[in-house]
Amino acid sequence: MAEKFREQGVVLSNGQIGTGIFDLKLKTDKIAAAAKPGQFVSIYSNDKSRLLPRPISICGADSETGELRLTFRVAGKGTEEFSRLAAGEKVDLVGPLGNGFPLERAFATDDSRNCADRDGAAESVGVKGRRVFLIGGGIGIPPMVQLAKTLTERAQAAGDTAASAGSPETFQASAGSQAAGANAVGFQAAPFITSVLGFRDELFLVDDLKPYGDVVIATEDGSCGTKGNVLDAIREKNLKADVIYACGPTPMLRALKKYAEETGTECWLSLEEKMACGIGACLSCVCRSTEVDGHSKVKNKRVCTEGPVFRSTDIEL
Amino acid sequence: MKMEDDAMPDMSVEIAGVRLKNPVMTASGTFGSGQEFSEFIDLNRLGAVVTKGVASVPWPGNPTPRICETPSGMLNAIGLQNPGVETFRERDLKFLEQFDTRVVVNVCGHSVAEYVDCVEKLADAKRADLLEINISCPNVKEGGIAFGTDPRGVEEITAAIKKAAKQPVIMKLSPNVTDIAEIARAAEAGGADGLSMINTITGMKIDIRRRTYALANRTGGLSGPAIHPIAVRMVYQCAQAVNIPIIGMGGITDAESALEMIMAGATAVSVGTANFHDQTTTLRVVEGIRDYMEQYHVESIRDLIGCVR
Repeated sequence: MAEKFREQGVVLSNGQIGTGIFDLKLKTDKIAAAAKPGQFVSIYSNDKSRLLPRPISICGADSETGELRLTFRVAGKGTEEFSRLAAGEKVDLVGPLGNGFPLERAFATDDSRNCADRDGAAESVGVKGRRVFLIGGGIGIPPMVQLAKTLTERAQAAGDTAASAGSPETFQASAGSQAAGANAVGFQAAPFITSVLGFRDELFLVDDLKPYGDVVIATEDGSCGTKGNVLDAIREKNLKADVIYACGPTPMLRALKKYAEETGTECWLSLEEKMACGIGACLSCVCRSTEVDGHSKVKNKRVCTEGPVFRSTDIEL
Repeated sequence: MKMEDDAMPDMSVEIAGVRLKNPVMTASGTFGSGQEFSEFIDLNRLGAVVTKGVASVPWPGNPTPRICETPSGMLNAIGLQNPGVETFRERDLKFLEQFDTRVVVNVCGHSVAEYVDCVEKLADAKRADLLEINISCPNVKEGGIAFGTDPRGVEEITAAIKKAAKQPVIMKLSPNVTDIAEIARAAEAGGADGLSMINTITGMKIDIRRRTYALANRTGGLSGPAIHPIAVRMVYQCAQAVNIPIIGMGGITDAESALEMIMAGATAVSVGTANFHDQTTTLRVVEGIRDYMEQYHVESIRDLIGCVR
């Protein structure tokens, strides 16, 4: 079990980046260094009449500086309070919580897939990088920023290792023998990242994702990109992926689950649910699972503990 | 504060012949079986761990949302999701074996037969020191509160469980009644070895943005500091009405709220909702009670139990 920390974060900055969307940066002692993409933190109100922590996904975590970035939407009194936090103020945190996105799936090798339509970079070393969709709907976009950054850093680290290890032949041979090792991404091919972002109208965090790959946008009002939702954009542009990571509103996740089943695409969904404890004790935040869960012994899984990221085929939405 | 070991105030209490090192326990349903909280606190320092309600077979619980926050409190309608007594014994009780604390097993059921079945399946569970019988859950249609609101029903189910139980039996009472002292007397008449009170108070929250109930179950049980004065009043009333020990709960967040409960007549206290706010609340309460006893030169916590009459 990954270690969790309770500590006071110190606000470094807090700014509004959209209507009701805030970008909070906190200095943490241990949480940022331990955080993985797709995990979340519990953030506690300084108003003691508000007892329950708010679970907020991690948008950025710098292990060297300890900076934790939380981008959130004001949805009630608690998040309204957090929107007013000023530099220097303190706030109680517990984290990192939950399991992150399974990064190794972006590096998994798949020899059966035809890469003929792939552009030059990967072909030149003969390695098949996986096509990865990072799909964020609205306030589900923030965890995709940390995920894109981490995937890219891992791919770069793998590339550096491969380069120093010698010839492309060595690289390729290693890649073929290292499928899906949990942390064994050393010699594997860099994934091709496409961020697919769905907004109501106003855009945010788009520039944060651009450095890591293509960014495709859908807006409900058609003011930018495809008019419609993320799946409309995927279909309009005829995009395809080998693995999908997604976070967003339940209707979007439900549609992606269906899309993944229809297209036979591996798909990982990050869920949201009301939580009380955030650490697996209270059983408030369950989702329905397709099979009987090992912990609950019923068809329920704890979003905070078994999730928040689930394989789409493991849950009912 | 530095004190010699032999000068430490005596915080131990006894419930139905079971000695607790201090009067601070966890409230059922807020603490799992302690495993999740053991990452934050040393369970050895608790008087007892009270485990989440367990039934004879696994229960799936209610649809979500199962909780919402209210001013100085929260509503929950978990619906007694639990993995069943078999898994509970093999996994949860086994986990608790490593700690030097008492274990109170909370039991739920849909019928007298189900309660009895579960209690029988715990009969040879050595790690279970006490049984706490939940006849007061407001969030399940059958069982739970249905047994806890009628004095005759309370006496009957208490007697049936007492007959089957090998451990002392604590009946957990609902505050959703007109006269809680009458229910307390009924439990005592049925042979209860102690009382736990109060369970949550039925409440409702409306989500004005969605224009519907905040909880999928429509209603839920209110807990937290918002209900503390009600709990103190009810503990006080029952302490005057019965001669069996009372475990007091409802909005305990610190030593002051715990000591109020003890002075009103509770032999021990359970910390519930406050565990969600601060995982270390139980230990703060233990330390705070000790500080109070030292400050006011109280030699034994037992001198404080029911001292307000």
